[in-house]
Amino acid sequence: MAVLTYREALNRAMVEEMEKDPLIYLMGEEVGHYQGAYKVSQGMLDKFGEARVIDTPISENGFAGIGVGSAMVGLRPIIEFMTWNFSLVAIDQIINSAAKMNYMSGGQFPMPIVFRGAGGAGGRLGAQHSQAFESWYAHCPGLKVVCPATPKDAYGLLKSSIRDNNPTIFIESEVLYGSKGEVPEQEYTIPLGLGEIKRKGTDITIVTWSRALSFAEEAAVILEKEGISVEIVDLRSLRPLDENLIYESVKKTNRAIVVEEGWPVAGFGAQISHLIQKNVFSYLDHPVERVTQMDVPMSYAANLERMSLPNANRVADTIREMLR
Amino acid sequence: MVSSIPKDSQSVSELQEFYRQMVLIRKFEEAAAKAYSVGKIGGFLHLYIGQEAVGVGSIASLTPHDYIVSTYRDHGHALARGLHPSPLMAELFGKATGVSKGNGGSMHFFDKNAHFMGGHGIVGGHISLAAGIAFASKYRKEDSVTICFFGEGAANIGSFHEGLNLAAIWKLPVVFICENNHYAMGTPEYRALAVKDVSVRAYAYDMARDHIEGDEVRKVRDHVKVAVDRARRGEGPTLIEVSTYRFRGHSMSDPAKYRTKEELDAYKKKDPLMRARHELELGGIKPEVLDKLEIDIQTQIDEAYAFAENSPEPPLSQLHKYVYAEDK
Ligand SMILES: Cc1ncc(C[n+]2csc(CCOP(=O)(O)OP(=O)(O)O)c2C)c(N)n1
Repeated sequence: MAVLTYREALNRAMVEEMEKDPLIYLMGEEVGHYQGAYKVSQGMLDKFGEARVIDTPISENGFAGIGVGSAMVGLRPIIEFMTWNFSLVAIDQIINSAAKMNYMSGGQFPMPIVFRGAGGAGGRLGAQHSQAFESWYAHCPGLKVVCPATPKDAYGLLKSSIRDNNPTIFIESEVLYGSKGEVPEQEYTIPLGLGEIKRKGTDITIVTWSRALSFAEEAAVILEKEGISVEIVDLRSLRPLDENLIYESVKKTNRAIVVEEGWPVAGFGAQISHLIQKNVFSYLDHPVERVTQMDVPMSYAANLERMSLPNANRVADTIREMLR
Repeated sequence: MVSSIPKDSQSVSELQEFYRQMVLIRKFEEAAAKAYSVGKIGGFLHLYIGQEAVGVGSIASLTPHDYIVSTYRDHGHALARGLHPSPLMAELFGKATGVSKGNGGSMHFFDKNAHFMGGHGIVGGHISLAAGIAFASKYRKEDSVTICFFGEGAANIGSFHEGLNLAAIWKLPVVFICENNHYAMGTPEYRALAVKDVSVRAYAYDMARDHIEGDEVRKVRDHVKVAVDRARRGEGPTLIEVSTYRFRGHSMSDPAKYRTKEELDAYKKKDPLMRARHELELGGIKPEVLDKLEIDIQTQIDEAYAFAENSPEPPLSQLHKYVYAEDK
């Protein structure tokens, strides 16, 4: 097995898919000559040329639309948003065009498009550059929403997203790009909608995804020393959602907590909490809890940013409360 | 009315075909308006009446391989593309037999086989989609051209500028046709456009431009054809502004009180259908022939209406269908 960074795993997935299918192209700001704002597309311009690795002006709405239009006639675009913060100027194209095209045309126009780029919060980037938007996109039927937490998952899930005939929101964690992990050398894919138990335990289930997985893992290590056994469910994709994996785990541990980077109000954790109480209510020994970003825009100040973001200690504290 | 007389039998029969299409659109929409007023059609219904020469003239210069992208005012464009009125009417009625299986409605006609790439409801959002379709043609080295219709109101939104700029820098085979009917809903152009002439915005993108009156169908065809040919040769996009007028309100719910009766009457004197009919008569077509043509079309529309009325609603199981593409 090779050890790759999250960024290299994404790059390998795109390169392999593009080598196989000439209909796939990559488009976005700085993806070509600059080698990617976060270097995810490093080397791809040389390999595939300007016709397939396409630099755009700063016009998210415009190039998202280019992607959607070209997907209507059979191309398979990968549209990179430099960060998901800027996807908001393209959200009209993503939701009003991409997500609904197949539905409103009565099944005539599948939408084999991947929107991908850096998401998540942190790094003292301040309010406009530090936010997790998966709940916004997961809100919308017609989209698939994928949030990998490890290099291995990033590779397998990106390949599945590229091969999928639906619009996929593939949110990479900006903080994780340099993180390393083992990635099998053999080609593989991970089906969208398949979560994974990242850690086995018996006392409580943490449901999480993307970077928040690291908060959960850290908390589990802290709690283990206190004799508390934590099970961690990494959803990997929010749409489709691996509901049964959550239920099976909760049936075993009888407690659940959701850890996410996004805001609490109408956040995806609220949906998970609802599903758990609706479907496995009789197994619960405690109301479902959530640890989220605070309900405020992100502050630049280091201390406030720290306070705002979920972290292992908050997770551990909440779990201790739940087990008292 | 200064009219041009069709010079030879070929141009007479061509004009007659254009006339047939325009009458088809007009009668289709009159029937739709009637159906709307008795509650058989729901939602918004934006009629194209008055603008027929623009759609018919523009689309006449396309081949079946070319693409059309439209707005919520899409009935005329769909009919001009040759879509059969029955599935279109059925779509308005929300029936399973509709072109979008009842999922689309008036604003979202789609027909993949006809390369009719949809009516789109967000003002201007479809302009970059059209650029994207043209991008795909260029990518695949196919010689298809895409034409994209929108109103002068759409020319003020970001998508318009982004779509035009991207099309221009990449020399995409697309023709942008601004149907300037002088009102965006109730907003007259002078309150929305810093520069009245939308077509001069092409200069900002180093793009070819044209500006014509939209009441003479063959003139529209001739001008659009120049742009389509240019696009097909790989010489890039064109922005064409066609001046036109809608005789009805913005939609069925709009009484159009923001304009005067005198203004409307003045434009009605330039009705493209009247004009074409007059020219056909000058070209030697007997009024009886044209009357017969209109009656035949009315019959076709009546059939479409009955087809729509007698078609079943979509099955309830369709509610969850098409949210995602079916597996290959
Ligand atoms: C982004 C957006 N804003 C507002 C609307 C509501 N709206 C629908 S049509 C319209 C007027 C558009 O006028 P124009 O582009 O000139 O086209 P026309 O209706 O005259 O054909 C408005 C404001 C919309 N559909 N989309």
